[in-house]
Amino acid sequence: MIWNEEFETLPREALEALQLKRLKATIERVYYTVPFYRRKLDEVGITPDSIRSLEDLKKIPFTTKDDLRENYPFGLFTVPLKQIVRIHASSGTTGKPTVVGYTRRDIETWSELMARSLSAAGVTKEDIIQNAYGYGLFTGGLGVHYGAEKIGATVIPVSGGQSKRQITIMKDFGSTVLTCTPSYALHLAEVAQEEGLNPRDTKLRVGLFGAEPWSEEMRKQIEELWNIKAIDIYGLSEIIGPGVAVECEEAQSGLHIFEDHFIPEIIDPETGESLPYGEYGELVITTITKEALPLLRYRTRDITRLIKEPCICGRTHMRIDRIRGRTDDMLIIRGVNVFPSQIEEILVATEGVLPHYMIIIDREGSLDVVEVQVEVDESIFSDEVKKLQTLARKIENNIKDMIGISVKVKLVEPKTLQRFEGKAKRVIDKRKL
Amino acid sequence: MKVEQLSVFLENKAGRLAEVAKILGDNGINIRALSLADTTDFGILRLIVNDNEKAKEVLKDERFTVKITEVIAVEVDDRPGGLASILLPLSEEGINVEYMYAFVEKSKNKAVLVFKFDDLDKAIEVLRKNNVKILTNEEIKQL
Amino acid sequence: MPIFEPEFECMPVDELKILQLYRLKKVLRIVYENVKPYRKKMDERGIKPDDIKSLENIKYLPFTTKDDFRENYPYGLFAVPMEKIVRIHSSSGTTGKPTVVGYTKRDLETWSTLTARVLSAGGVTSRDVVHIAFGYGLFTGGFGLHYGAEKIGASVIPVSSGQTKRQIMIMKDYGSTALVCTPSYALHIAEVMKEMGVDKSELKLKYGLFGAEPWTESMRREIETRLGIEATDNYGLSEVMGPGVSYECLEAKSGLHIAEDHFLVEVIDPETEEQLPEGEWGELVITTLTKEALPLIRYRTRDITKIYREKCSCGRTLIKMAKPSGRTDDMIIVRGVNIFPSQVEEALLEISGVSPHYVIVVDRKDHLDELEVWVEAEDAIFFDSMRKQKEMIDKITEHLTQALGVKTIVKLVEPKTLERSMGKAKRVVDRRDFLKNYEKS
Repeated sequence: MIWNEEFETLPREALEALQLKRLKATIERVYYTVPFYRRKLDEVGITPDSIRSLEDLKKIPFTTKDDLRENYPFGLFTVPLKQIVRIHASSGTTGKPTVVGYTRRDIETWSELMARSLSAAGVTKEDIIQNAYGYGLFTGGLGVHYGAEKIGATVIPVSGGQSKRQITIMKDFGSTVLTCTPSYALHLAEVAQEEGLNPRDTKLRVGLFGAEPWSEEMRKQIEELWNIKAIDIYGLSEIIGPGVAVECEEAQSGLHIFEDHFIPEIIDPETGESLPYGEYGELVITTITKEALPLLRYRTRDITRLIKEPCICGRTHMRIDRIRGRTDDMLIIRGVNVFPSQIEEILVATEGVLPHYMIIIDREGSLDVVEVQVEVDESIFSDEVKKLQTLARKIENNIKDMIGISVKVKLVEPKTLQRFEGKAKRVIDKRKL
Repeated sequence: MKVEQLSVFLENKAGRLAEVAKILGDNGINIRALSLADTTDFGILRLIVNDNEKAKEVLKDERFTVKITEVIAVEVDDRPGGLASILLPLSEEGINVEYMYAFVEKSKNKAVLVFKFDDLDKAIEVLRKNNVKILTNEEIKQL
Repeated sequence: MPIFEPEFECMPVDELKILQLYRLKKVLRIVYENVKPYRKKMDERGIKPDDIKSLENIKYLPFTTKDDFRENYPYGLFAVPMEKIVRIHSSSGTTGKPTVVGYTKRDLETWSTLTARVLSAGGVTSRDVVHIAFGYGLFTGGFGLHYGAEKIGASVIPVSSGQTKRQIMIMKDYGSTALVCTPSYALHIAEVMKEMGVDKSELKLKYGLFGAEPWTESMRREIETRLGIEATDNYGLSEVMGPGVSYECLEAKSGLHIAEDHFLVEVIDPETEEQLPEGEWGELVITTLTKEALPLIRYRTRDITKIYREKCSCGRTLIKMAKPSGRTDDMIIVRGVNIFPSQVEEALLEISGVSPHYVIVVDRKDHLDELEVWVEAEDAIFFDSMRKQKEMIDKITEHLTQALGVKTIVKLVEPKTLERSMGKAKRVVDRRDFLKNYEKS
């Protein structure tokens, strides 16, 4: 089902005209309200008037996560705080998170985009949505929540974790739609089986999965295990949260990016040049309707390609392919974005010195597990087992407290971790995606 | 050729070990060897005594949680390199030591090593091949 | 302070009673028509909705309890079909099955309005940055105030619970002006600020809105001094709606105004079940007057309080209730989460197949509740290998944490310890004698 027939099936020409109009308005907005953008645009000699076509967008400099960090917390907002009705945050590359703000209209836009996404997946107001994305500063939970409310479905805001309870709820409350990360969907199927419930026997019929990359193979597995239709959804909090792009249930091939709100481009991450149509590269997004925090040519660091062929669902918005990987060292662990530099900062803060360490990520069953191996040198060693245990717990707690993920800290003997010449390799990712 | 050992659950607090020792002493049970593994809040006491069944019974009477577990006890010369000569062939076979403790026999100038391996049967096989003296329950009680 | 809905919050009492009676009659007709268990109960007593001709007549109606929720699990008490339900929340049940509550679109509207009242009464306006450190999810605390703050037009930071250091960094960097959480968590934040070397002058906090657990006047004073804020209490329970049932005003900070236009309250003697006169302590009983999805008639909250009407300096005419002083059942509140000992028992049984002796020990460390479950190391859960032993403890820990929804620390103890120290039947040791300590100091 198409939630917003008018805008989602706008003829290409009209769509591009709308994009241009909105792009101009956005550039005008940031030029006059955000010193950072004004400086950047002035440097390359662009004024709001000099944007004549969508092609002109390419003249505008990129915006990156570093720009968000340097303008922390509210430096890129175009409106005063009293017009901001919501603040979310995501992982930054260091201890400071990336902050995003929303006006009342931004929340409206976001809800609309999520209503479109849920509808594209076939969800209607008759459905009971079990929302197992984490609620809180992470945009996943509340994004789905507001979209579901907009279409008038029943929302069960379970949030993440407590898997057995998730199964009880699914069974007893009769959930028909599940929203979470794809790996958690697999994990829940395992838990259901352990509890003696065949996942195919639940009333579940659709799942919207996102916040981490997954494969066609994984989709088949999820669809088979649960006997549902599994839909991929994409978004990032800097842009708005979930609801930037979504697959349609008809094609399940490529994610329609809502072009009346976002302009996507694909660039070569090394040179920053635009790549020819169809090639894989880094996705760059310009928001054209956001009020509080518009972003010009934001580098998502996600690798994908554009698909312009018409889709059987009738939407005219182009599609992006499933995300293939990242152009930076960001890790996605149980749907949480983690930068190795964040863990390093915590180790230094906990011990005063930076020990040799290694982050090892694996998948146990279908859940990501992280082990941080830390070498025990003389400065840390104690003869008493309990002191060592306490140290390990302390690092675990600090990581949990600052980053929000549970890790297992394993103390290892000195010199056991591999040394590298030049840039040290700190991460071993054993997950097969 | 496995020998029996008592494992006792102990909380990490003053006087618990003494309590066990006293109960055993009062009942005429002789401790041959022991080790205590600690964590932040509990420990596992492992003992070899001259009368396992009786020891278990009296400790159970006092409401301790007790288990009899199987370990291997071997005898080696009390000289440098004695331990290594036993461990090397085992590690080559991929057998892992879960825990161990040792004591020295007063009379014979020999050391007794008590091992818990992840694979006891295979360990016995390897030790035999290497002509290591493995003690029986009877022998260990006679020490 | 502005009053969010003066037309209702300051309504003359006689008019308010007319409104209540009108709404009571309506809700009785609705439940009689649409909710089988209610119809059955009323028929058994030979009462028809029309028999209730005055507010006093309410005493003839049967009570509703948490057991009724369990027996009609999950949706048996709903008064509307599922397609009208837009939200489901739940809270701890006395056994493994949670207590389920549903909301229609209008219920959510009502709820948002009520929490907007709470926030306004506590000083919050559209210019504030509201930092919500209540857990989001099935628990109603987070969402309730989230929607109220949105209604007022404030900026909402939905931080959710936990990750205290990050909370403080956010408060400092984002300039939070109002803090919403449990009172003990507010004190814990103050404690962690001290550790981190963050002074209250570095924060912009002005107001604190606290609830979901009992607290005292001395705790209020301590929170106000240490965080440099004005702290108010608010009360609610998910069966009835969530937070927003009653709230203190900044002017008096004494007694919680009950939203009487939406809830009809009584206090009863929990033993005899007789109504008690205003001013006497007993169990609070609530009848919802406007809820569509899940109307409740004479719901026994198990909270002990008193209700009293007095002229309040804020101008509200709504009747007040005292801070709840305890419970009439064995429920304990840990970090704002309700826990029944029977849940622990069930969870332990599931793991080992036997039910070992256990004691639940609740303590407060750095103002944060800590839940420990001491389990006797019986044969079934004791291993000679340290690794296996720790795996078993981890397994029990994980299972209890999942079942209770609160981080649980599991300690294995020697078999006779529990009996020896607290007698066989005692299942809960609550060391948070903060109520006592604070009142003394």
